[in-house]
This record gives sequence, structure tokens and C-alpha cells, in this order.
Amino acid sequence: MAHAYTPGLKVIPKTVVHKTRQLPLKGDVVVKKGQTVTAEDVVAKTDLPGNVVPINLANLLNVEASEIPELLNRKPGDKVEKHEIIAETPGIFGMFKSKAHSPTSGTLEAVSKITGQAIIREAPIPVSVQAYINGKVTEIIPDEGVEVSTTASFIQGIFGIGGERRGIIKVLAPDTETRITEAMITEECKGKVLICGSFLTHKAFLKAQEVGAVGVVVGGFNYSDIKKIVGYDIGVAITGQEETDTSLIITEGFGEVCMAKHTFELLKSQEGKSASINGATQIRAGVIRPEIIIPLEGDEKFEEKKAELFGLDSGTEVRVIRAPYFGMLGEVVEMPHELQRLESGSLARVAKIRLYENKKEVLLPRANLEMIEKI
Amino acid sequence: MKPEAIKSILATDCGSTTTKAILIEKQGDEYRLVVRGEAPTTVEAPFEDVTKGVLNAVKEVEELRGRQILDGDQIMSPQKDDKGVDIYISTSSAGGGLQMVVSGIVKAMSAESAERAALGAGAIVMDVIASNDGRLPHEKIQRIRHLRPDMILLSGGTDSGNIKGVVELSELLRAANPKPRLGINYKLPVIYAGNKTAKKEIEKNLGEVTDLSVVPNLRPILERENLGPARDKIHDLFMEHVMAQAPGYKKLMAMCDAPIMPTPGAVGEIMQVIAKKEDITVLGVDIGGATTDVFSVFRDLETREPVFNRTVSANLGMSYSISNVLASATLPSILRWVPFEIDEVDLRNRIGNKMIRPTTIPQSLDELKIEQAIAREALRLSFVQHKEFAVGLKGVQKERTISDAFDQSGSGETLVNMMDLDIIVGSGGVLSHAPRRHQSARMMIDSFLPEGITQIAVDSIFMMPQLGVLADVHEKAATEVFNKDCLLRLGTCVAPVGSVKPKKEYMHISFTLPDGRKVDRSYKLGEMELFEAPYEPIEAEITPGRGVDVGSGPGQTVKTTIYGGLVGIIIDARGRRPFVLPENPAERVKKLQEWSKAIKEFEDK
Repeated sequence: MAHAYTPGLKVIPKTVVHKTRQLPLKGDVVVKKGQTVTAEDVVAKTDLPGNVVPINLANLLNVEASEIPELLNRKPGDKVEKHEIIAETPGIFGMFKSKAHSPTSGTLEAVSKITGQAIIREAPIPVSVQAYINGKVTEIIPDEGVEVSTTASFIQGIFGIGGERRGIIKVLAPDTETRITEAMITEECKGKVLICGSFLTHKAFLKAQEVGAVGVVVGGFNYSDIKKIVGYDIGVAITGQEETDTSLIITEGFGEVCMAKHTFELLKSQEGKSASINGATQIRAGVIRPEIIIPLEGDEKFEEKKAELFGLDSGTEVRVIRAPYFGMLGEVVEMPHELQRLESGSLARVAKIRLYENKKEVLLPRANLEMIEKI
Repeated sequence: MKPEAIKSILATDCGSTTTKAILIEKQGDEYRLVVRGEAPTTVEAPFEDVTKGVLNAVKEVEELRGRQILDGDQIMSPQKDDKGVDIYISTSSAGGGLQMVVSGIVKAMSAESAERAALGAGAIVMDVIASNDGRLPHEKIQRIRHLRPDMILLSGGTDSGNIKGVVELSELLRAANPKPRLGINYKLPVIYAGNKTAKKEIEKNLGEVTDLSVVPNLRPILERENLGPARDKIHDLFMEHVMAQAPGYKKLMAMCDAPIMPTPGAVGEIMQVIAKKEDITVLGVDIGGATTDVFSVFRDLETREPVFNRTVSANLGMSYSISNVLASATLPSILRWVPFEIDEVDLRNRIGNKMIRPTTIPQSLDELKIEQAIAREALRLSFVQHKEFAVGLKGVQKERTISDAFDQSGSGETLVNMMDLDIIVGSGGVLSHAPRRHQSARMMIDSFLPEGITQIAVDSIFMMPQLGVLADVHEKAATEVFNKDCLLRLGTCVAPVGSVKPKKEYMHISFTLPDGRKVDRSYKLGEMELFEAPYEPIEAEITPGRGVDVGSGPGQTVKTTIYGGLVGIIIDARGRRPFVLPENPAERVKKLQEWSKAIKEFEDK
């Protein structure tokens, strides 16, 4: 391998963000290419096939399944109403009839004479997709969705919970090291995306939820507190569907970890601006990171610079992503070629890092370093 | 080409993150692994062509071997002079592997047989839908709609039985109209392997909405499973549909001389070949970042025929799913293996951080010990799942004689008999790349708790998948390389079963090591000791204490041949059934440290 390259999280003051907004099934795109949209605008919509409700008519009427077709009041393809009689036995002299009522409104889709089962499909479920960010429609995916683009500040976190939200940036921490406690969250936080420092207590998060903050961005958070919020253990990092109105974005990792200075400074410089955030995370093939997008108005002609993917090399700024120096920032001083034996006994490729915090030079496995991506 | 004329074999395994290539060459009369190369897998953007990663891995093999195999982006075949290879084969688990939903009428019978067929073929089973699974019909439909499998295996009913149950399942499937995971322009493959008399109705219900294949019933009578045809069909459809949808696989399929097999399916193949050839029982485990696979070949309780089983614990792994190990095992279970005191919140945060940064490695010794403690629990839990699944057929009526009246064994009893087990083979990062082999042996012993006399080995570089496909093409080459290059023999674990009072003798062993040293030792309950010895036969005499069993029954002496290895002969007198760790934390830490020292887990830094 010519270069060791561990991509880091993106923290970019100005870039062009492209977001694909797609329907789960084919449907209608309701905007045009070049159209300006706001985050809340619907860009595409469709109807999902309705839920299906099976009902065993043979069991209900106490007859053989093969007799069912003759006892139907409605044919497959007919509309049916809830509680409507869809099949009945002739009874004795028209009396003592057994009746089967439809459990729901919809269409009688199929009836089986082998099993006596009828399938009723409910009305289609309308689904729409919003633009999510203020911007312009730059691409139409026929029948499926659009691409919305905007010039924005773009920041990725490492882990998050909760889905897409939108709110005004409000900086709560004076610096990257401050722990945010319950008392620091006030009514003024309502509708805001709160920028915190190194740590947020569980009680502080609850308070943020209570006052109606739309999001919290913080350096570190206790892993055990995640369970207290969502009610279950997150065993595999696939999130975004949690039932919380306040999305949480962790920028560095679990535990108390100062937010990276450039992340904090960038967020601070955007205070008062509107941001679109999403806590959705997926750490496997097709990686999804939680994100904060702050559209920059009046910069429509900005031309995007491509990030250059240099390998890890002398002078590269890195973040240590595992104990014992977890969370510390530093600079690569040297990249020894030979494998080195770690304290654990493993042989690994290492890099010599000068840590900013204590000016110490340490040898660390390259696998435990993350490049800081800047443009 | 005749098998004996084959001079060289190139085999790749395209994993989710790494593509591994091995080159096997005939040296004299035997086949040996000569070099191994690897490169990142290129299924995802920006490359979206699996063959790029394959070619990169092969290039590394070329460089290391110093001879040409590639001509541009083609593998030169057959071998001419020093160029090219005679056979090229591959396995794949990239893009999430093979994901299936299986369905049957009775959860413990046809649905379980269907699950066994799917797992044996190398699939991850996303859900088992059964008529009696406790869910209401509309809940089953919702579930099927929500899942997007690669294919569905539908079974149910014996060949002369009622067709209603399985037709009802097909109606639910039809109503759910499931969509395939990859690609929107083809129909979802469904395999029907149930009651043959229902075939017409199944075709009527599913023929149009799905791509239906009908194969012979996988449970034609209650007493017999016939999983072969369903497994073969799964492999065919995996090639035709799933692989064909993944980027670059059409090219890869054209390059290969044999069908591409799902990686775990191939591992199963080689384990069965070895078990059969050497007439041994085998327990294999592959612990990865996201999942842990357990394979076993044990003997049927009645017929004594070898029975293969595979389970996949989809969310027990050492990186992506490490937090799920914590959730499933609970913190106290992990802590019981950590040989020092640690703050609970700190431990949880460390585990969470490994989940979100899965490629990091332990730098400090303490971090390594924590990771190996978690691995013990991941392995233990995967094995618990395996034991529950590797059972005899359920629902089978047995004729009982008066002599069976007091025997409570019924159908569905686990086939896993640790006392009968000959060898444990481990693979996967945490076992294959442990800084000392002693640690790998300890992890496997602690989590599987072998009983009696059991050999321990690791697959040093996880070659089993490639050898599995090779076994289909060239069994001699596959078994030779497996024994000589793939398996690293670590040694033998001697672990008596049962308990004695604290100061009584638990076992006594005597043997002569190959270097002439004589060993004649007695052990108390709770002791461990290691004798360094090479992989050579050693005649040993083991006498367990009163009521304690080491293979021949309580208190009975065993005279047998044991083998050393890279670690040696491990005496594990800590007890089995029960195996107990001290409850008191300080006492537990002391014991763990004592055992580590005895087995030399963390020495020779």
C-alpha cells in the first residue's frame, strides 16, 4: 500500500452539498429542474400499496374452503367497507345464517378455495418526500425523486440518533471543553440546534427534549445514556428511526471528549443561521454519518473544490481514535516503514505523532488515527 | 484437464472489506500453499467492480511469487511454463452475502429444516415465517413486505400430507408481493421445496408474481430431511440472480472455472470433507467484525452418521456488532473475563467507540484483554445458538421398548456432544491475529468449554472458504493444503467433567514428552497447566478423580494419544458441568491472573 489513508469526518466551511431525495417506490416528481426549494417543500410523492388484511372465511362460516366461492357477496376486485358482509351461508330456510364481515375497508383482492382465505387490501398510503435543505433542484430522477443542491457549511458527526430536523444554530458552550448540564438548557433553546462542548449529561439531554430543542451537537456522550433515551440497546450502529424529537449528533465519540476545535469554531461562526441536521448513522458498507448542513445564502455561484485525498504523511493533522490518547489531536512527524510491536504484543504499522495537547511525541498504530479533512 | 495434471490453483475470497487470493502449487507429489495476497474489495463506489479488487490481490500474489499470472485483466489459463494457473476459483460474501427468508408450516419441523437448508448453503436467515410462529397473518405479511431478501425458501407438509398449510403460506407471500434486495427490474426468486401435491396451487399463487423454482420436498417424510436439492438450487439462484446483480460479478463468473460459492457455504464444504475423510467430529468458528459463524460435524444420536450444521449469529461480532455482544451477554458476563478492575461506564464507552470506529486495534495490553474478554462472550453466545439449532429432527415418532422407558431423550435433542468432539478450529481476526497463540487457545477453551480430550487449532489466514470450493473441484489438493498449510495446530486440551471436594484429587496424568521429560502430575479442582510440546503423538494415561469423567466414564482411566502444537498440552482442571468462576471480584481477578500465568498468555513481550 503506497499510502495509509484513513478518511476522516468532513468539516468543511464552504462546499456544495448534493442531496438525493428519493421515494421508496416509483411515483410523481412535483418540482422542476432549476426550481428553488425550501427544506419543507414536497419534491416527490407516491402512494404505497395499502396494508393487506387476510381473513379465513371457511373458518368463520364453518364450511369447506371449496364452498367459499359460492357464498361470496363480493367478487375479487370489488370494493368492500368495514363491517360489510362479504360472505354468508344460506342458512336453514333463510335463517341461522353464518356471516363473515370485512375487518376493514378496501378491495377484495383474492379468495382461495383451497384454504378459504380472503385477502383484503386497504386504501393506498400516501407518502411524500421533502427537500430537507434550502437549495435548488439540480437533477430529476424520473418517477423517483430529485437531487437538491446548495452551497453550505457541511459537518459530519461520528454517531447520532434521531432523523431529519431543522432549526437555528445556538451555541451553548463557551469553548470545546465545557460540560453541558441541565441548568444550562433554558426555554430559549426551543426550536434550536444546540452546540455543546465536551460532554452532555443525560439530564441535560432530557431538558433539551423538554424545552423542544430540535437537535444537540456535542463532542462526547455516555454510551449507556443512549439506552436511557431510546429505551433499548443500540447493538449495531444503524440509526435514524428513533422516536425522539431532538436529534443527537456526537462529533468525537463516547465518553467525555472535547469537540474538535475547528468543528466548534465553524459551528460557532454560523450561530443564528438555519441548519438542516440528521442523526441517521450507518457504520457498515454504504457508510452514513450524522450531518449538519448550514446553507449559505448569496453564494450560488460558488464552485466546489474537490477534496484531495492525500495519504497519511508527515505534517498531516490527525485525531487519535482509540485509547490511550483517544480524542487528542496532533500532527504526523514520521512514518516508520517497519512493523512495530505495540504494548499489546501485536505487530502493526505505526506513525509518530506530536500531540498538540502536551507536545509529546508518541508512536501510534496507523489504524487508530483519523485524518482531519479540510478543504 | 485431469486432476493429477493440475499444477497450480488460484483461489480468491471476496469479503465485504478485503479480497484475499491464495496460490497453490504442486510440489513433487503434494499440493502446497505458496503465497497469499490481499487487496481492498471493490464492490462499492467509486469502483463498483469486484474484479478490480480481485486483480489487485492477484497482482500481489504475482509480485510475491515472482511469476506472471495476469495478462492485462485476464487470468492466464492453463499454466504454460512458468506463466498462468490451471484453475481459478472464487467465493464471495461481499455486498452483505446471501440474505434469505425461509418459511414452513410448523416452526420446529418444516420451517426448521428449511432454515437448516438455507444456513447450510451459506445464507443469513433474516426471518423464519411459520404458520404457528405466533404472529397474526397480517403481521407476517407486514414483515415479509418490510424485509427485502435475496430469495425465499418455502417449504411445508410431507409429500402425502395436507396441502392447506403450505398453500396458505403461498397466499400470504403473494399478498405481500416481496421485492428483491438488489435491483428493481427482476422478480424475487422463490424456491418451493414442500409437499409435492401442492405444486400446482403454489405455481398458481406464485408463478406470476415471483420467479418460482420447484425442487423436491426438503422433508418428504417426517423422519427424513432431503436438503440437497434445495441447497443446490439456492447456490444456482445465488449465481444467477444475486451475484449477477452485484457490480462486476458477471465478469468474475466468466473468469472462474467453477461456480462462485457464498463464503460460509464453502467453509461448510471443507469441514464436511475433512470430517468425513478423517472420520472425526469438528467444531469450527469464524468470528468476524459483524457476524460469527459456527460450523459443526457431530454424529447423529441414533445412526452415528455425521451430521453437518451451520449457524450464523448475524449480530455477534468484534467491531460493527460489538455493542450487540454487550447487549446480549450483559456487562457482568463480559466483566467476569477481565483480569483487572474497571469502571463500568468507561467499559461501555470503550465498547461503543469500537463500534463506531470498527477498524481500530488495541494498542495497550489492557485494551487487548478487554477485547479478548468480549470475544469470549461473542463466541460463547454463538455457540449457545448453535447448540440450540444443531439438533436431531423434531416431530419424529420413536418406537420405544421397555428398556427405553427411563430414557428421557426425545426428538430434537442437541447433537453437540463436547465429550465426543475431536477438534475445535477457530478463525477470524481476534483468534487468527492474537499476538500470542496461547491467547487464541484460551479464548476458545473458555468459550466452548471442551470436555475430555480435544485438539485446538486455528485457520491462520482464513483459507477455509477457498479450500471449500477447491474441495468440489480437486479434493486432494484441498485436503492436503488444509492439513499442511491452513491449520495451525495449537495443541490439546485435557478437561475432565465433574466436580470433587476442594482438597481431593481431581485428576492425574502421566506422559513422556518428545524431548524425554517425564510428566507425572496430580491436579486439584481449579488448576490449569501448560506443557510445551510439539505436534507429535504422545502416549498419555489420564486418571480422573472419583465421579469425574475424562472420556471413558466416571473414575475410569483413559490411555490415549495426545498431541502438542504451537502452544502445547493444556491441562484444564477448572471443572465442567459446572464450570464456575469466583463470584467475588477480587478473587475472580486473582484466579484469572493465575490461569493466564499458567498458560503463558501474556509473556515473552
